[in-house]
Amino acid sequence: MSGSGPLAIGSRVRVRDDWPETRGRVHIRTPHYLRGRSGTVVRYLGEFANPEELAFARPARILPLYHVAFEQPQIWEEGSAGDQLLVEIYGSWLEPA
Amino acid sequence: MDLEPPRAHHDLGGAGKYLCQEIDRAAHALSDFDKEVDAIRQILGARGIMTVDELRRGIEAIPEAEYHRLSYYQRWIRSITAILLEKGVIGEAELAAALDAAA
Repeated sequence: MSGSGPLAIGSRVRVRDDWPETRGRVHIRTPHYLRGRSGTVVRYLGEFANPEELAFARPARILPLYHVAFEQPQIWEEGSAGDQLLVEIYGSWLEPA
Repeated sequence: MDLEPPRAHHDLGGAGKYLCQEIDRAAHALSDFDKEVDAIRQILGARGIMTVDELRRGIEAIPEAEYHRLSYYQRWIRSITAILLEKGVIGEAELAAALDAAA
């Protein structure tokens, strides 16, 4: 999906299983360990110019940014049930789960 | 998970078993070098010459062995130099002359 329109708080989302770093020089704010993983939108943080484009001094799209919560034990294979990761992720990386 | 490309060396999340050490929570004194690098970055940003996102991209482009050897602000000045050269703000000869003069 594109960055158009804020996602609903509480909605389940999936981080795109995409690896732009295999296609050339990039700057990515989405951690490798979340690609393809599902989480829950917990907070809308506002709109910001896309750092992936700003990093190359290119005209940057304005994207919504969210706090997305993930169950940590499933992601890092450590921690206790109920442990969560809270990560800032741009809407351009999220799709409905 | 099995066919994913390896993570980039700066993308450390979840790699604690391999790379991270106990966090040093003592306050760090900034050196004159650290402050000067920070000031340069702020001036470049204020004048619209380079963004923090470009700084970040330049830090991530430092080869892995060097990345782990350099201090925080040494990474910054490496990135700043590379970005300014890339954008043509400074030239290789100009940089070499300035470094010679400072030596």
